[in-house]
Amino acid sequence: MRRGIDRRRDGSYRVRLPADERDVLAALPAQLREALQAGEPTLYRLFPPAFVEDDTANAEYARLVGATLRDGKLRALEELERTAHAESLTEEELLTWLGALESLRLALGTQLDVTEESYAPLDLAAPDAPRMALYHWLSWLQEETVQALSEALPEDGD
Amino acid sequence: MSQIVEAPIEVREPELDHVPIDDRPWVVIVWNDPINLMSYVTLVLQRLFGYSRTRATRLMLQVHQEGKAVVSSGTREKSELDVSRLHAHGLWATMQQD
Repeated sequence: MRRGIDRRRDGSYRVRLPADERDVLAALPAQLREALQAGEPTLYRLFPPAFVEDDTANAEYARLVGATLRDGKLRALEELERTAHAESLTEEELLTWLGALESLRLALGTQLDVTEESYAPLDLAAPDAPRMALYHWLSWLQEETVQALSEALPEDGD
Repeated sequence: MSQIVEAPIEVREPELDHVPIDDRPWVVIVWNDPINLMSYVTLVLQRLFGYSRTRATRLMLQVHQEGKAVVSSGTREKSELDVSRLHAHGLWATMQQD
């Protein structure tokens, strides 16, 4: 059986993942939610500045949209937690997965200090190998999500 | 013989209490980062801005190869909205006046 996510003809999405992987998917959001609610500084990559070298404008931007951005990310994580074991998702639900997977990868990737070379074969002897494996698995799942959602978009128009 | 008399040049002193409105357009820039998947960046540009796959892919490749790309432009308000939508999708975006 192929693991992954496929778009059905009726526009819904079939999710095929083993139960243990779904358990991981259901467990991850709680950790990030706690970090988000605590306002941990390591999560800076989830809230980038809008202006280069303008602290005043960035403070104003954070005041205007910071809470909305954080709430949106929290909602997506809750939704992923709720639907992690679903066999079938609507497009809206899968888009929410996409956003939640993005937040998880940004947080974990920042902690692991990944570079563009981090896609090389995993060094199993490295102390952070388990978390790096988790990061690669999230990357695979996000890629599956992107490919499935891309099928719903028109092929081209230029 | 006529004599050419130069007309006096009228010099207008700038009014110091009048600051001109800076109406140069704003541009929104997406920066390269090592975490975001290339396919993901392309999909976000397609969905947020309605760009075709070709155009979104071209912009994504520019980000990847040159480190950044201008993905939209307009008023300050529109650019702020675009930046916040890109941030909501995890992309590293900033805005500046062209």
